[in-house]
Amino acid sequence: MSMVEERIHKTFGRVIVKEEKGDIKSKAWASRGFLLKILTFLSPSLLLILWEILAGFHMIDVRLFSSPSRIFAALIPMLYSGELFYHTMVSTQRIVLGFLAGAFPGVVLGLSMGLFPPVRASLMPMVAATFPIPKLAIMPLILIIFGLGEASKVFTIAIGVFYLVLINTMAGVLNIDNIYLDVAKNFGASRFQFYTTVALPGALPMIFAGFKLGMGTALLLIVAAELSAAKAGVGWMVWRAYDMFDIEKMFVALITMAFLGYVFSCMLDLLERIVIPWKSQKN
Amino acid sequence: MEKPKELKAAYQNEAILTEKLTKVFCTRSSSITALQDINLSVKDGEFLCIVGPSGCGKTTFLRILAGLEKQTSGKVYMISKNPEKPLTSMVFQGDSVFPWMTVRENVEYGLRMRGVPAKERREIAMKYIKLMGLSRFADAFPCQLSGGMKQRINVARAFVNDPEILLMDEPFGALDEQNRLILQQELLKIWEGTGKTSLFITHSIDEALILGDRVLVMTAHPGRIKAIVSVDIPRPRDILLLRSSPRFAQLYRNIWHLLQEEVTKASAREFAI
Repeated sequence: MSMVEERIHKTFGRVIVKEEKGDIKSKAWASRGFLLKILTFLSPSLLLILWEILAGFHMIDVRLFSSPSRIFAALIPMLYSGELFYHTMVSTQRIVLGFLAGAFPGVVLGLSMGLFPPVRASLMPMVAATFPIPKLAIMPLILIIFGLGEASKVFTIAIGVFYLVLINTMAGVLNIDNIYLDVAKNFGASRFQFYTTVALPGALPMIFAGFKLGMGTALLLIVAAELSAAKAGVGWMVWRAYDMFDIEKMFVALITMAFLGYVFSCMLDLLERIVIPWKSQKN
Repeated sequence: MEKPKELKAAYQNEAILTEKLTKVFCTRSSSITALQDINLSVKDGEFLCIVGPSGCGKTTFLRILAGLEKQTSGKVYMISKNPEKPLTSMVFQGDSVFPWMTVRENVEYGLRMRGVPAKERREIAMKYIKLMGLSRFADAFPCQLSGGMKQRINVARAFVNDPEILLMDEPFGALDEQNRLILQQELLKIWEGTGKTSLFITHSIDEALILGDRVLVMTAHPGRIKAIVSVDIPRPRDILLLRSSPRFAQLYRNIWHLLQEEVTKASAREFAI
């Protein structure tokens, strides 16, 4: 206790002292961040190890649940033979085409519905009525209309993406602060300029939220789309493995889908950072 | 009937004339008269400040002039001397800077809408960005700037557009004292350089006297003109000298007495409701 403190204590009895040593680079924080990073890596690894141990000691049925080492053993030859790559590319093509076919009209129609009340009034009842129909329920109808080829798969994905992008885009436009509309009007923006300088950029964050939701749905629908009348694709792999009771192959397909989802979401994040620079520069 | 030439001579010095301008807002159950029988003439090149209790229709008046709203009845004449210039540009109350455009893009906005070539509008915009002390941030996005800086963009955006009439709706209302003083100085400097017809809404008597040639005092519910006070303080003005002058204090007192009645009345009405 310093001299000053001692004197204060004698005089006042109860004194609360708050003192910092002035360490600007706190080591405690840095080590904490490092620890968290290790933790995010460690916990899934532990789970895998646990899985492997349980399988090794026959505490779970490997015929049903397989084990990491078995799955890995099945993965390597599929990777070398190009089989996995082929199926991944087939599915990727369907997802990308379906996504584009759904997202583009979704954005255009969503912008129009957000901007023009008559368009909204006339289209909203149909959107509201058809949106809740599960996309899986119309699969048979799509197959009848579009046949067994690629078109039916692409369309299934497109229709799922379309609604999510449409609704998000419209909400994005409706959420634009009125003051921006006034600014555009006062500075003499034409209808087209209004679209490009206010409505589209103002709705972009919400549009991207729609894209991300749509991408999730696309991955969901690819499995359903490849369930029937398909001869390739990651979804087809799952069903094929089911028919052959090849659990390892099924897990390989599931892992591939997880990987695909991760890659797509990374690509969307990257695109978002490029297209919406004002959002990423906030911090 | 006056002949056109005489008519032209008679209105040579006017920029805005309003005749029995009335605006009524209708809600489902009641109607509120925001403006009633406003007869006002604003001279060409005049700086008119508008003060009044909140809800007196100041903003509505400006929005009608800006073409963002329509009056219920009455007439507005806006006398354009330079048809190739935009008629009005507004500095909006609150944060109206586009977050998706850089500072320069925001400032250029009006010029871009009018189709001014990119190089030319860049030059004009940069001049005002420099004037507002934002050169370092020309390519930054507004989210990286403070509230005071955003307000400068807001003001610069309207000035760059070089309209015949500038409409400013409490542009410095949300700013802290220091920033406000600095921006008032900037505005005085720019305005005294251009001499543009300007309407400026404020809730600060101080600000109205610093900037205005005349101060329009309004009543609330319904919004009417209570009085127009001429600010006979010579230009160019120095804010600090001006504030300590006896004439300033006298005018301040006059306007305060006019306003006091209205503010008391307005708050009494709020209690009654």
